[in-house]
Amino acid sequence: MAKVPLQFRLNGSDRAAFVDPADNLLTVLRRGLNDFGPKYGCGQGTCGTCSVLIDGELRLACLTLAAACEGASIDTVSGMADGPNLNPLQNAFMEHFAAQCGFCTPGMLTAAKALLDRNPNPSREDVIDAIAGNICRCTGYEPIIQAILSAARAMPAQRRS
Amino acid sequence: MEFRKDLFQNERDDNLNVVGKGVQRQDMPGHVTGRSPFFDDHAFEGLLHLKVVRSHHHHARIRRIDISAAERAPGVKRILRGADVPVNKNTLLSLINFGKDDEPSLAVDKVRYKGEPIVAIIAETEAQALAARAMVRVEYDPLPAVFDVEESLKPGAPVVNETYAGNYFEYHEKYDHQKLRFGDVERGFSMADYIVEDRYQMSPIEHAPTETNGSIAAPEQNDRFVVHSCAQGLFFSLGTAAKIVNLDSNRLHFIGGTVGGGFGGKVDSLTEPLSILGAMMTGRPVRYVLDREEEMLYGSPRGAERIYIKDGIARDGRILARHVRSYFDAGAYTRLSSYAAIKCTAHLPGPYTIPNVASEIYVAYTNRCPSTAMRGFGITAVDFALEVHMDKGAEACGMDPMEFRILNAYRDGDMKAHRRVAKNTALIECVQVAAEKARWPISETAKRQSSLTGGGGARAEIPATPIDENGRINRPETRTGRPTQTLPAGTMRIPLTKQPIMEGSTENRPKAPAVPQYEPYRPMAAPPPPPAYQPPAPAPSPAAAPPAAPAASPASQHGAHRFSSVFGTRRR
Repeated sequence: MAKVPLQFRLNGSDRAAFVDPADNLLTVLRRGLNDFGPKYGCGQGTCGTCSVLIDGELRLACLTLAAACEGASIDTVSGMADGPNLNPLQNAFMEHFAAQCGFCTPGMLTAAKALLDRNPNPSREDVIDAIAGNICRCTGYEPIIQAILSAARAMPAQRRS
Repeated sequence: MEFRKDLFQNERDDNLNVVGKGVQRQDMPGHVTGRSPFFDDHAFEGLLHLKVVRSHHHHARIRRIDISAAERAPGVKRILRGADVPVNKNTLLSLINFGKDDEPSLAVDKVRYKGEPIVAIIAETEAQALAARAMVRVEYDPLPAVFDVEESLKPGAPVVNETYAGNYFEYHEKYDHQKLRFGDVERGFSMADYIVEDRYQMSPIEHAPTETNGSIAAPEQNDRFVVHSCAQGLFFSLGTAAKIVNLDSNRLHFIGGTVGGGFGGKVDSLTEPLSILGAMMTGRPVRYVLDREEEMLYGSPRGAERIYIKDGIARDGRILARHVRSYFDAGAYTRLSSYAAIKCTAHLPGPYTIPNVASEIYVAYTNRCPSTAMRGFGITAVDFALEVHMDKGAEACGMDPMEFRILNAYRDGDMKAHRRVAKNTALIECVQVAAEKARWPISETAKRQSSLTGGGGARAEIPATPIDENGRINRPETRTGRPTQTLPAGTMRIPLTKQPIMEGSTENRPKAPAVPQYEPYRPMAAPPPPPAYQPPAPAPSPAAAPPAAPAASPASQHGAHRFSSVFGTRRR
């Protein structure tokens, strides 16, 4: 199958790849560009472990054709920290024991970031709704909800500083 | 979190540096940055992808496998069949010499469950491997299948796994189940006022980890192979893989420990042997990952169990006899089910002092996906059944279920059905706390009970134990004996007249211990031991007996050295 050229911005850097037209974004990110942040959990859009932000919108990389991302700006968990400084969400996940095996964590963090980017003061129901597409099999959702609410409280203060 | 330190106050020093304090886990920064190295998070130049062809039938003879079209498909590098696997028959616990090799990596002559791997395709891309997989033609002669554990043990049932032609796991190569005998259950039932019987059927349960099973194997320098694995037991998987691909284990370099959810479902080495074999055959890195559908359908589940329980209960609520018969559904191959039945037997009759206990636990083969480990497998299901049965027993004799448990709970110094003295018991206290938390009213008498007192004495005695109806406790010498034989009261252990025959060397075995002399069966003269306390009568009764004095179990023993049998001698 003839490969097609693809250019997009990944975590702020311009990247290019030759991809199969049928490749999904998850395969291209992981096996083409070595960004192993998004995970394969189901390949069917049901578990949320492959969640990424495409132009700021929460998307499932396993259901997104890579070729459709030409010119887009894609953010994954790998670019969430600001250099050596973790994002408040990442700190809150660490403090609240919101990760056990860590496999759903990249998707959870991405979904949480999408929420806080558009709603800095979410209610508990907003948080539950935001991570409703992300399956966790070991931590349990409560520490994750608490971590996201705590990060939301921490973020405005940080922005002021 | 509230810690109840009154129970185990002498257990440990309080000058601990980490226990009880909040410390950050060392793997947490990796988890929140997406840098934790799961097996699939490794880049390899020239990575190949492996996919397997799986059986469409539950049980069928393989007549013909045609891979000619698949071999010519684009991107296909190599196709593996059973004959390519150096040691194409294994059982997981062969690493500890337990059980016979019974499972191929790739099926050769027949398939025994729907989804059993037959052929492995290795191609440049996953899509090419999947396309070639669809071109493999397998012709089958379907065979009758059996899916029910009790049906499979009946004479004339289809033989699932020829290694175990009776459709049951053979303990010590001859016994069809794990047996427990303590006292005389039939006599206990005849003395009981209530008989409570029921049947419990569990479902198989898939672990459903978010990370599916998989591995990547690649040729390394020094003629070794590096293997990135999801295995929960990394060295267990290394040993298993080394045996199957017939390499010295020092030629395999396993890397793992970062597991995306396991829960017991990543101990079977489902992918490692074929990944390594693929790397050996192609000289390139090979990745074999189950997709979600494979994980849910063919990643081995917690085995289903069918459990029958019969209790004989006295009017005052004491359980006089308990009989448990259970069937563990192994699926088509043993994997770890043989161990589950041993754990189940060791757990019976639950945390209760019952003077007469009998059980038979079978591991049955069926044409289902092989089952494996999952959190407390062998225990959790029978515990569920036992505790539901406890509620039914309480209902039968008109008792509060909490009081019923406190009445029958084992106490320090009691003899367990395994002829070991109960130590460190705490069920009574657990029930008391549970009642308190749930605001569940229990009587003052029940609140005063303690695991430390009232045990031992008559409750520590080993009853006379008749040989079962076939005249055996599954020992060859007793098999021909008269059914009226009995093991004398006080017999701690039943010595094996013959050492168990395992795989491997038969030399340098210790001599068999002497056979105990059997005395003729006599019904027990003494009545069963009195209850530790009288449950409250329907009308308030101030005459409720106070707890019996502690019997050979001084309170000072409730401390560090109570655990010495578990943890060894403790330095203080």
